[in-house]
Amino acid sequence: MIKAKQKPLAEIRALIAPYQKILILGCGTCVTISFAGGEKEVGLLASSLRIAAGMDGLQKTFAEATVQRQCEWEFIDAVADQIKRADAVLSLACGIGVQALAERYPDKVVLPGVNTTFLGMAIEHGVLVERCRACGDCVLGLTAGICPIARCAKNLLNGPCGGSQKGKCEVDPEMDCAWQLIYDRLARLGQLDRMEVLQPPKDWAKDYDGGPRKIVREDLRL
Amino acid sequence: MKAGSNLEKVLSSGHFAATGELGPPKSADPEVIKRKAALLKGFVDAVNITDNQTAIVRMSSISVGTMLMGLGIEPTIQMTCRDRNRLAIQADLLGASALGIRNLLCLTGDHQHFGNHPKARGVYDLDSVCLIAMVKGMRDEKKFDCGEEMDVEPRFLIGAAENPFADPFDYRPYRLAKKITAGADFVQTQLIYNVPKFREFMRRVCDLGLDKRCHILAGVGPIKSIGMARYMQKSVPGMDVPEDIIGRLKAVPKEQVRKEGIKQCADIIREVRDIPGVAGVHVMAIEWEEAVQEILELAGLLPRPTL
Ligand code: SF4
Ligand code: SF4
Repeated sequence: MIKAKQKPLAEIRALIAPYQKILILGCGTCVTISFAGGEKEVGLLASSLRIAAGMDGLQKTFAEATVQRQCEWEFIDAVADQIKRADAVLSLACGIGVQALAERYPDKVVLPGVNTTFLGMAIEHGVLVERCRACGDCVLGLTAGICPIARCAKNLLNGPCGGSQKGKCEVDPEMDCAWQLIYDRLARLGQLDRMEVLQPPKDWAKDYDGGPRKIVREDLRL
Repeated sequence: MKAGSNLEKVLSSGHFAATGELGPPKSADPEVIKRKAALLKGFVDAVNITDNQTAIVRMSSISVGTMLMGLGIEPTIQMTCRDRNRLAIQADLLGASALGIRNLLCLTGDHQHFGNHPKARGVYDLDSVCLIAMVKGMRDEKKFDCGEEMDVEPRFLIGAAENPFADPFDYRPYRLAKKITAGADFVQTQLIYNVPKFREFMRRVCDLGLDKRCHILAGVGPIKSIGMARYMQKSVPGMDVPEDIIGRLKAVPKEQVRKEGIKQCADIIREVRDIPGVAGVHVMAIEWEEAVQEILELAGLLPRPTL
């Protein structure tokens, strides 16, 4: 899922400074699971912002709402009235949710309350890790199901760099070296010969280097 | 001859090669290059010029290489994948070849996180193996990476690096094999302080027949101080500095550590020279170019052959 992290309070306060009536809008999907922008975080952030505004003697109101998914029109339309009443919407959804609001409500100021950080998962409670970069041309079939694009700091395709030591990445000793993981898993699968195959340069045009991407499924269009 | 460089002649005639290294300045000052060049001239077969080493911005490798040629020294330029995409790399290599540069070391590069611009975007369009294959395609098939043809191809002796001490140890000879299959003509290794481990690595390399397909130069370098040794031991990823290496330096009075470091480096050269498959040494005495002549003298590698 998409993982996000709430922006620092000072940054959020600066973003909302020009506005009086603010709707804090959470999302019930990815950001809820990553504890960044669900109903609970909306409530906590609203309280902090109310206290901060009160201490500064500012007349601000903070309404709260959370929709099931901010990246779908029908869900954001469910709170259309609340959005209309606000001067600005502070969205705690990922960047996709923020943009869905901006597109659906052309005259409304929409602000991001979180930093959308990566595509990943929780490996334990409170520990979220990156797993995919949506490169558009998945190589997991060659790499024993471990991604060298998202998990190797140099997105290497031809094995570990010279900085891989004791299973850790040269860039961050807390982080596993993706290529050590790939090597170990290929060994377990009896497929180590794959480490000897020369991989050609990656087609980054399928990643963001090809410009914004779009999928059109003619078979599904109405 | 693939490139006709002095290094290629030395290696192909079976002489034990000795290459050096020069770190360009963090400024636009050409005098630094002249001073360092004078310390290396005549003592090595070619001089590597690092490319933004440890991700710190320095004078570019190709420009320094061109200056060295003017000073009568054969350069080996280095090219990393960190700072340039395939367009920029190919353009720079066409230019380097046109300027007369004939040796090229292909690297992935240290991550930008280590250097003085940690907020920079790392490119990594290619990795070192892909880079080697691309240069070979340019040289031997006159083809750009995209497949288009060119009139005049760049002529380089293609170099690769390998770190025998990085993990997984069992894989390192196979990674080297990949680089050789991709097109590496010569290899320079990471700094060697753990000679027994390097010997084991070379045994496996020779078992794969790689020493017959490529010239392997062992990377060596003098240690200046015990602090530097500890730093390399603890903080440089992929470095293996055994305790006895530091012990030897600790055993001498403080003012003799440098001298001992030079002797130790010469001793390591003598040891690796006897290891089957080793075709030369690459002496990395960055910011201590003064030491190179003495090291090679002590190791019995001077004078250098003139071919
Ligand atoms: S290879 Fe690409 S699509 Fe597959 S997991 Fe990695 S980044 Fe995602
Ligand atoms: S240490 Fe491993 S994960 Fe880190 S950059 Fe090198 S190969 Fe990639």
